[in-house]
Amino acid sequence: MKIKTAVVLLIVCVVIAVVPLMLIKDSEFGGADDAASETISQILEVEEYTPWASPVYEPPGGETESLLFCLQAALGAGVFGFGIGVLKERKKSRKEA
Amino acid sequence: MNVKQKRIIGLLAVFAAVFSVAPAAKAMHIMEGYLPVKYCIAWGILCIPFLAAGFFSLKKTVADHRKAIIILSMCGAYAFVLSALKIPSVTGSSSHPTGTGLGAILFGPSVMSILGILVLLFQAVLLAHGGLTTLGANTFSMAIAGPFISYGIYKLATKCKVNRLVAVFMAASIGNLATYCITSLQLALAYPSQTGGMFESLVKFMGIFAVTQVPIAIIEGIITAMVVSALETYAKPELSEIGFLRGGQKA
Repeated sequence: MKIKTAVVLLIVCVVIAVVPLMLIKDSEFGGADDAASETISQILEVEEYTPWASPVYEPPGGETESLLFCLQAALGAGVFGFGIGVLKERKKSRKEA
Repeated sequence: MNVKQKRIIGLLAVFAAVFSVAPAAKAMHIMEGYLPVKYCIAWGILCIPFLAAGFFSLKKTVADHRKAIIILSMCGAYAFVLSALKIPSVTGSSSHPTGTGLGAILFGPSVMSILGILVLLFQAVLLAHGGLTTLGANTFSMAIAGPFISYGIYKLATKCKVNRLVAVFMAASIGNLATYCITSLQLALAYPSQTGGMFESLVKFMGIFAVTQVPIAIIEGIITAMVVSALETYAKPELSEIGFLRGGQKA
């Protein structure tokens, strides 16, 4: 893939992600799973569905949750980036040899 | 996969079919405690043969293609990053990509069952995202159904002589969408509407999950195609070793 194509494709991705933010003004963009739990309550015709089990550990507050989400992304991106780096350097050194 | 391993998977498959179909016939991840107990157990059991197949397939890949381990770990890392990204969508709610298509295309779909369940465990235990009771159902939709559909689409597209990167795009995005269609189906099976039955519930849940997922599936498809293109540039020897450049690896 040419660099130019890659840049264009990346821009397309960013646009797809940003457009909803600008078009839908009053949404908090909560998780789709929260919306599903409302639907479950509707179908069962109850005020609010009470889950029968609760998570073993729940991050205390949004800040800690975003920390853990960041950690997940960082770990993944770190390993992935390291891999690409290794492969790229190896290809370079093979060419020189 | 040797004969003994095949036998174990076969046995597990029979076991799973017997135990999971029974309760089901009566009738972005699912959150902890949001699925009735018998469904949790049924989906969990249904995952077992796939996980066993995945384990053996993973073991074989690691033993036979030592050079490809770096790409394998990158596939796991890819699913890890992508499932942490909550992207806003046109429906006003947000959801995340799954990242399971890449590994399914490169290493076969069963390998992703193991990598996928690791991601789901991390999210269930540390983030209260998904859950341990719904782990079976979520594993089935994200780590089994999604990858298998991605793999099938990829095979089909290459057979129809579609450009490789276009095939990757289609496989990753449709696999992503399929994951959430399965999630909708799982919820609809457990919560059939009192007026319109299971189908009405399915339409409702699809309205939430599948519609939210469409733009996110497109993003995942584009990024996966870019990653495959990068790997083609930098990791040609490994890709041909795992059989990818010949048109894919057997399951």
